[in-house]
Amino acid sequence: MKEQTHKSPFVILDMPPKQENLHVPGPYTRSPSLSPRANPAAEPVTLTINGKEVKVPPGTLVIEAAKQAGIEIPSYCYYPGLTLQGACRMCLVAIEKMPKLQTACTTVVASGMVVHTETEEVKNARKAMLEFLLTNHPLDCPVCDKGGECELQDAVFRYGAAETRFMESKLHHEEKQFSNLVYYDWPRCILCYRCVRVCDEGLDVNAYGIGFRGAHSEIIPNQGEKLECEECGMCIDICPVGALTSGTYRYKTRPWELTYTGTICNHCGDGCKTTLAIRNNVIIRANNRDHSGSNGEFLCVKGRFGWDFVNHDQRLTAPLIRKNGRQETSTWEEALPMVVERLTAVIKEHGPSSVAVIGSNRTTNEENYLLGRFARTVLGTNNLDHHRTADFSSLVGALTAADADGRYATIEDIAVASSILVVGNDPTHQHPFIAYQIRQAVRSHDAHLYLLNSQEIKLQRQAKQVVTVAAGGEAESIRALAGKSSTVSDDLGTLQENLRKESGTIIIFGDEIRGSDVTTLVQWGLTLPGQTRFVALGDYANSRGAADMGLLPDVLPGYGSLADSTACAQIESAWGAKIPAVSGRNIRSILQGVESGEIKALLVFGSNPVKTFSLPKEHLGKLAFLMVAELFPTETSEAADVVLPATSFAEKSGTVTNTCGQVQVLKKTMRKAGTRSDLEILLALARLMGHPWSYRTADDVLREIIAHVPGYAIALPNLLVGRAVQTQPAGTPPALASTDLVFSSKDSLFTSGTVSRYSWALNSVDEAKKPHGHIF
Amino acid sequence: MLSDSLLKKFDQLIARYPLKRSAMVPLLLYAQDEVGHVSEEVIAEVARRVEVRPIEVVEVIGYYSMLHRHPVGKYNVQVCTNISCMLRGADEVFEHCCKKLGIKNKQTTPDGLFSLEEVECLGACCGAPAMQINYDFYENLTPEKFDALIEELKKKEPRSKM
Repeated sequence: MKEQTHKSPFVILDMPPKQENLHVPGPYTRSPSLSPRANPAAEPVTLTINGKEVKVPPGTLVIEAAKQAGIEIPSYCYYPGLTLQGACRMCLVAIEKMPKLQTACTTVVASGMVVHTETEEVKNARKAMLEFLLTNHPLDCPVCDKGGECELQDAVFRYGAAETRFMESKLHHEEKQFSNLVYYDWPRCILCYRCVRVCDEGLDVNAYGIGFRGAHSEIIPNQGEKLECEECGMCIDICPVGALTSGTYRYKTRPWELTYTGTICNHCGDGCKTTLAIRNNVIIRANNRDHSGSNGEFLCVKGRFGWDFVNHDQRLTAPLIRKNGRQETSTWEEALPMVVERLTAVIKEHGPSSVAVIGSNRTTNEENYLLGRFARTVLGTNNLDHHRTADFSSLVGALTAADADGRYATIEDIAVASSILVVGNDPTHQHPFIAYQIRQAVRSHDAHLYLLNSQEIKLQRQAKQVVTVAAGGEAESIRALAGKSSTVSDDLGTLQENLRKESGTIIIFGDEIRGSDVTTLVQWGLTLPGQTRFVALGDYANSRGAADMGLLPDVLPGYGSLADSTACAQIESAWGAKIPAVSGRNIRSILQGVESGEIKALLVFGSNPVKTFSLPKEHLGKLAFLMVAELFPTETSEAADVVLPATSFAEKSGTVTNTCGQVQVLKKTMRKAGTRSDLEILLALARLMGHPWSYRTADDVLREIIAHVPGYAIALPNLLVGRAVQTQPAGTPPALASTDLVFSSKDSLFTSGTVSRYSWALNSVDEAKKPHGHIF
Repeated sequence: MLSDSLLKKFDQLIARYPLKRSAMVPLLLYAQDEVGHVSEEVIAEVARRVEVRPIEVVEVIGYYSMLHRHPVGKYNVQVCTNISCMLRGADEVFEHCCKKLGIKNKQTTPDGLFSLEEVECLGACCGAPAMQINYDFYENLTPEKFDALIEELKKKEPRSKM
């Protein structure tokens, strides 16, 4: 017997070192994109599918060409937008002059190609593939979470592979919990790699892999038995079968028992469309079920799981009134007249300038519009502001001043841009969908991404050039680029050079750029070649709408200046009332007024200034009257004389405007007993104060906005069919009074102001405990 | 920590391929020879050097039966039960191996001497049924042949407890 060896018999041969000029894929992905791309600009190719003549651009896949002709070819591993896999073999079709059946998902069309998708041979092949897929797949459809919306179930129903020729018993592995939100059931998995690819290519997290081989292959998470990722749940949504299931939805209901309503997510400012699924007046699930809207199937962890605050048992459901120093549960019938009585008394004694109003980043355009009208015409004060998370006003002012048309980029534009410059912000955390769009642009359209940031952010992986600046140095760098500063670093010089070679850049900027720096950025940006477009990044669902609707002391709805008598006259004619001439206080000045005692009464709608502005709570004690309309008890509401329980985004109708200025419809999906929307509250207060406005619904207000707010003359039908309709604001708002008025909350992927504190899902994942800005 | 000579070998190997990730399998094999199995440390180091995410290294390890993420016995017995071997009685041989060693598939004897594993095709169909102990092949197996081999290996161990 020969000696046992314990060393590998492989030897290193003397080979030449690798050549440096070989192609290495650019931005890292597991599978460098080899997918063919259709070229819509080229002469179309004509082919025949099932006897139908189809004209498509060259580079189109047969499966997509068939879709255009209205012919469905079943597929699992193929997913539009992801790299090609060719793993499931479900899309086999017969192509004349090709010897064997071909996969429609990897075959590119050719002129004169003749394709048959429904021959006996093809049908038999599909049936056989299904038989293979069902080898170990349990036939537990009646109790499976995916039953009723399962792509495998649908295909078996169509092709009838109910019988199996395998005699062996099925392999089984126990179900695994990858995280509180993601579960994996091995036997149901058909190894289509969709989850692996979407996590890698779409989210750039790469949390999944395929472990082991053959019949024992399984999806494995990145941390042994657990996932560490952005917890977006895209893998669950994209899974064609019931292998990956959602921790918040699984085994609660059947999909056909739910009522579905398409609405807009209420967290960040990207305005993703989401479908809320309701049963018995409770939200059970959110996903963008029909893939409508600009986000398609995309939702981040907040959009997919962060709605559960709506059902939280600490929601305020009855007005609270302070009696003998304690807030006691009351009724609307008692609370509203009390608000009116106290307000009227303060105005009578100290004048309207002693009253101030703070608005919200999440309420609808209609509510914001009415809040402005309420403050200016019913209360008679311009002391009106909100927590500004981006300087939209300066952007509008700068673009109007430069007389530049078509300079607002839509969120769809970002995905097909050829060049993108991101200044400040961390879109991965603060604007997950915009980050997704940026990655799409780089991956699918070879866009060049440039970053100018003081911190390390995840998008660096996609960037062509990263310019890292000192903390708070973004604005200074912009001034340098614009030639307003003598200190231009080499990096900035290169950035300038690179951008001058581009043919149209989208400039996306965060709260780091505000006031006159926005003007500088815009003026410099407009000197770049091609059509430069701009996006300002505001934090929340309707941060943009709050600015557009004039929740600002010196700016009217539509960015007219309060000092501009023509702009004033236009709004006054709509309101049938005078806007007070006395200039108003901004939010910092309002809070100082509270401290100094000059502000006697404060109305707060959906905002928490105690936390946001680090306002000492005892200052609120100096107020003669404080009213707060909120979903939950907050640090501010605890000091209030009256707390009104407001409705959440799921319980009201209206419109919201995303950070790119696109208006979308918010639909009422459920009711919450005891609550009232801000719109209803404002209508009631105005009526009680002697202003019986004629609006009956949010639609009435929207019509007035469309008719009277500059830039909002949008086509109502487009809005009603669910499109994101871009506004074209133009106006000459006054310059930003002070830069400390604009600052972002810097939410992470797992936080969203007050409401995220009441979300079980967002707080249940371990990733939420990671330090701020953690890169997954 | 991995030895300097191993890290030097890593550098040499990576330099041979146009894409760094192509060097992954040889890197893992050499590292396993030194460490005894592919440890978490090895995974992290290899991933870093060939510029992939650790999970992709884990995928590769799972695919190949020669790579182990956990320590195995001194003699790693891998019995092929694929089609050619199966037709020539591999199932009986494997069953016998279990009995002889007193362990089941993917287990190690308490003295740490033997590990047993049922593997896919070893590429030794001409000598089916076949098995591999560490890097050596044994062909045309029978239960008797297996017993003799095991006894011989045990004898070579100075302080065998079996």
